[in-house]
Amino acid sequence: MGQQIQVSGLNAYYGKHKAIEDISMTIEPQSITAFIGPSGCGKSTFLRTLNRMHEVVPGARVEGKVLLDGEDLYAPDIEPVSVRRMIGMVFQRPNPFPTMSIYENVVAGLRLNGRHSRSETDTVVEESLRGANLWNEVKDRLSKPGAGLSGGQQQRLCIARAIAVKPQVLLMDEPCSALDPISTLAIEDLMTTLKKRFTIVIVTHNMQQAARVSDRTAFFNLAGPGQPGRIVEMDDTSRIFSNPAQKATEDYITGRFG
Amino acid sequence: MTGIQRVSAGRRLKDRLIRSLVYLSFVVAVIPLIAVLWMVIRNGLARFDVEFLTHSMRNIGARDVGGGAYHAILGTLEQVLLASAISIPIGLLTAIYLVEYGQGTRLSRMISFFVDVMTGIPSVVAGLFVLAFWILVLGMPFSGFAGALALSILMMPTVVRSTEEMLKLVPNDLREASYALGVPKWRTIVKVVLPTSLSGIVTGVMLAIARVAGETAPLLLTVFFTDSINRNPFTGPQMGLPLYVFDQASRPTDSAVDRAWAGALALILIVMLLNLAARLIGRWRSSARKR
Ligand SMILES: Nc1ncnc2c1ncn2[C@@H]1O[C@H](COP(=O)(O)OP(=O)(O)OP(=O)(O)O)[C@@H](O)[C@H]1O
Ligand SMILES: [Mg+2]
Repeated sequence: MGQQIQVSGLNAYYGKHKAIEDISMTIEPQSITAFIGPSGCGKSTFLRTLNRMHEVVPGARVEGKVLLDGEDLYAPDIEPVSVRRMIGMVFQRPNPFPTMSIYENVVAGLRLNGRHSRSETDTVVEESLRGANLWNEVKDRLSKPGAGLSGGQQQRLCIARAIAVKPQVLLMDEPCSALDPISTLAIEDLMTTLKKRFTIVIVTHNMQQAARVSDRTAFFNLAGPGQPGRIVEMDDTSRIFSNPAQKATEDYITGRFG
Repeated sequence: MTGIQRVSAGRRLKDRLIRSLVYLSFVVAVIPLIAVLWMVIRNGLARFDVEFLTHSMRNIGARDVGGGAYHAILGTLEQVLLASAISIPIGLLTAIYLVEYGQGTRLSRMISFFVDVMTGIPSVVAGLFVLAFWILVLGMPFSGFAGALALSILMMPTVVRSTEEMLKLVPNDLREASYALGVPKWRTIVKVVLPTSLSGIVTGVMLAIARVAGETAPLLLTVFFTDSINRNPFTGPQMGLPLYVFDQASRPTDSAVDRAWAGALALILIVMLLNLAARLIGRWRSSARKR
């Protein structure tokens, strides 16, 4: 499980503003790829082009190719909705559906896409909540509202919701930035187990986190203010953090960033 | 010198002053409401009896006591129901278009502008329009339905505006969360956006209904007037409670004036019951959420 993503010559725009330029990279299956870089350099934008969430923003558009196991996600006859079912996403801020219980939140992706029997969804709920390392904490209150959980639990609920539709790829945009160290660790452990089943891409501002969990790291940067973000360097994580090829990368990860 | 200070006497005085001003304005705002309710209940109870609720004014002479408002209550309920059936779907769909699909397109800005214009239409003008267009040009008869048309002109912009505000309050995060699960846009709207804003939308719609239920002028020009029961809202003159109150109050006898008060009481009760129903729906929804 988990599929490879190949990106070539990708530009993304918000209206006239070009946010990222000429991104090419390969994201390997069953591994964790981390994106690092200064604020505003286009990490979230790039992540959202990978499952066609970018075009949800009014006026936004994308040029270039994204291949999922060889198939171009931006080919004209591709249904964006089906792309998003294959490539799930976890957002920076936990966003459980406020009108739904924990149970309903987990199966939201299934329910909103068609009918499923109760026994079927029961299995999915337990499986996904166990997968998101949340089952033991919530198994006695599945019918309580999802918004009543702590921030860390909500984020794991969102991860459960994302993996319940059984995607091939899981994109995570700073999933731990609102969480305490213990929840962060829980989610990092979770990513390491999940990477056996999914291709995982994570955006993070936390260098230690990138170093701890990821297999490959990409460093993004802006050429200057108002310029589009570009990819500076992408390599094995151990290499990026020990012996980066570019001076800018070294400056950034050692905190000597201008 | 430390930064921590005690509350000074002057600040305490100011606090008290403002506090009493707030209480005072609350009382001033509530006085008219209570006075109206008290007057209507005190004067209305005299004739608020079974005969009043079950009889029309047919064959009741100018000086006769007795008679009732059954025909008017029936007419009001039918007219308001028809007006709601016309304007709620259109209003909801317009608001959904404006918030979820339109976003800054020229068409949506135009619709927004016309909704604003419609909000400002005086109710007499809505009645005149239906009279001129529906009854005089198209040659349709005076009817409850014509009244409902006039009422829906008044109701639609209110429904659009209040629904629009409620939909705008739904955080974009939720829409994106739903899209990211591979849910199509229309299903996201139906299953995520609308349920999240439902109680607010229901409240707004109820207020719109309450507002048009008391309209007199547009009915005067469109449903005309009758003292008999007309169950069919599509042909022939009907009555409405506001019209009934207007009519009875302008008659010179005490018994007619008593009937007018009882009619006003019935109208207030209908609107209150509607509001109560809306509250209950909201309560029921949010308790379903807390389970
Ligand atoms: N919805 C939007 N509309 C217009 N411009 C946007 C929008 N979102 C982002 N941008 C612009 O695109 C550029 C890249 O933003 P992006 O959010 O991808 O940065 P980021 O690397 O994720 O930053 P951060 O680390 O702060 O999250 C920025 O210049 C930003 O101003
Ligand atoms: Mg970001």
